[in-house]
Amino acid sequence: MLWKLLFRNAFRHTLRAVLTVFGVAVAVLAFGMLSTLVDAWYAGVSAAAANRLVIRHAISLTFSLPIAYMEKIRAVDGVKAVSHMTWFGGIYIDRKNFFANFAVDPKSFLDLYPEFVLPEDQRSAFLKDRRGCVAGRGLAERFGWKVGDTVPLQGTIYSGDWPMVVRGIYQGRDKSTDENQLFFHWDYLNERLKERYLRRANRTGLFVIEITHADDAPAVAGAVDAVFKNSLAETLTETERAFQLGFVTMSEAILMAIRMVSLVIIGIIMAVVANTMIMSVRERMHEFAIFKTLGYRAFHLTSLILGESLVVCVAGGALGIACTFPALKILTGYVGNIFPIMDISPTTLWLDVLAVVTVALVAAAFPIQKVLTVRIVDALGRMA
Amino acid sequence: MSTTRPIIVDIRNITKSYRRGNQVIPVLEDISLTIAASEFLALMGPSGSGKSTLLNLIAGLDRADSGTIRVGGVDIAALSETQLAAWRAAHVGFIFQFYNLIPVLTAFENVELPLILTDLSRRERREHVRTVLGLVNLQDRMDHYPRQLSGGQQQRVAIARALVTDPTIVVADEPTGDLDRAAAEDVLVFMERLSRELGKTIIMVTHDPRAARRAATVKHLDKGVLANALEAAVPERV
Repeated sequence: MLWKLLFRNAFRHTLRAVLTVFGVAVAVLAFGMLSTLVDAWYAGVSAAAANRLVIRHAISLTFSLPIAYMEKIRAVDGVKAVSHMTWFGGIYIDRKNFFANFAVDPKSFLDLYPEFVLPEDQRSAFLKDRRGCVAGRGLAERFGWKVGDTVPLQGTIYSGDWPMVVRGIYQGRDKSTDENQLFFHWDYLNERLKERYLRRANRTGLFVIEITHADDAPAVAGAVDAVFKNSLAETLTETERAFQLGFVTMSEAILMAIRMVSLVIIGIIMAVVANTMIMSVRERMHEFAIFKTLGYRAFHLTSLILGESLVVCVAGGALGIACTFPALKILTGYVGNIFPIMDISPTTLWLDVLAVVTVALVAAAFPIQKVLTVRIVDALGRMA
Repeated sequence: MSTTRPIIVDIRNITKSYRRGNQVIPVLEDISLTIAASEFLALMGPSGSGKSTLLNLIAGLDRADSGTIRVGGVDIAALSETQLAAWRAAHVGFIFQFYNLIPVLTAFENVELPLILTDLSRRERREHVRTVLGLVNLQDRMDHYPRQLSGGQQQRVAIARALVTDPTIVVADEPTGDLDRAAAEDVLVFMERLSRELGKTIIMVTHDPRAARRAATVKHLDKGVLANALEAAVPERV
């Protein structure tokens, strides 16, 4: 019967309860979406493989490296495979259609990135066609591309029109694999550069290597950088994770601000629910005095108030979590090109639950203390 | 007061005062009183005489500054708050002027409330509740919420709640104060029956001389002191 009492008390003032539940739901929704946004920022870091290292120009990522380094890198002890990739920065029709596109060495690249899953026939078609490209499933769905379609990319870093034929559509092996990228032949880029901008030809943005043992990463990185020390293009080798983290660090202040906003939202809703609980319990103080009169002890009274707070918060939390999924889907429609992976993580769900329970506990704390310490005769009012 | 019945409430030299700022207001001064088992006692007195305070002390809702109160042989001043709560649940039935029912619970659920704290099974609880609601003639109102009941019916639910644990004593604070004459008469007749036929010890605070006449014993309090004792057999009072 006490269960019934919890629910009946929680929704005794229907409008107030509904508004409070709605408030909690909105807070949980906002918290979940902001946390997912932060996770999306780190998606590249999460997807990084432990046995892959990235080699870039020691001065800056904007400087390229000679393609001739490839064989020297391959010769370093502990290096199992080498590939390279160059940020192309092409635009598809309009700037707002932004997506990542890279010129890669197709075979070694696909070998090095098994998380990009491509049907065998599409893989061989891509390898054979110098003007071919592969696009992620998300990208293909977004623009309605099919295998065989011609995609006209407009160069920004490398000016001109760059038409290429979709030879394959890859799927991500893992949930964290980005399916919104496009890869094409570095040879296609390089042959045009040789014709027009010879100084920019035969260079790549970065090398990616696979090492035999992930534990050897520092030693291999040191060995690679040592090879090119005192050269015109010194290298900086780091793990793929550290490389990705470097991008995230650039926007650390924004991430911090988002995290702060998440916490402020939880703080605000905590105050709102606490206020609701305080009002609700104060209005019914004489009822709690009746319970005390009848012999109900601290444990029972605490359970009644905390339970009531939990009913409201859990109802709001469940609604908020349920709304987070469709809300993220809608958000992905708008920012999917920047944040392709917007899946709510189990950690975020647990944080949602933790936030809900914390809000319920904090909101109930003051009313519980008040009810437990009030004298029965004072609360019943008319005694003496 | 019958001398053959055992003493159920034994009050010795209790005092009680309240503090309002720096001011100490004495409410009860050196009160000694005994109440026998099955006695129906009315405490009368003007407002502020301390009668409700005395009732609260007997019921374990408040604590005396000094003196002892033994109810059913238990020195309730020696009990901790938790023990006192358990003792109240087991030994005291409460009837209030404004019924003090929980508005979101039905009559049945209100009466069941004290039984939640017992070891009785759900089925046993339901049987007890049905029995006691039958006793107050409210079998057909079990599923009604307090707002759906008249004042007299609500007070009968409160009486049922007070009796459902079969307590040692029943304390009633102005039980007819909020009722019309007919409903008040019903409640008083019922309380009289409780004492006479079921042997319940009832301590009632009242302003109403008509209500007091239903009691077997009437005590007057004035300015915190038991002024006199008017004792009489019930038939003579009716």
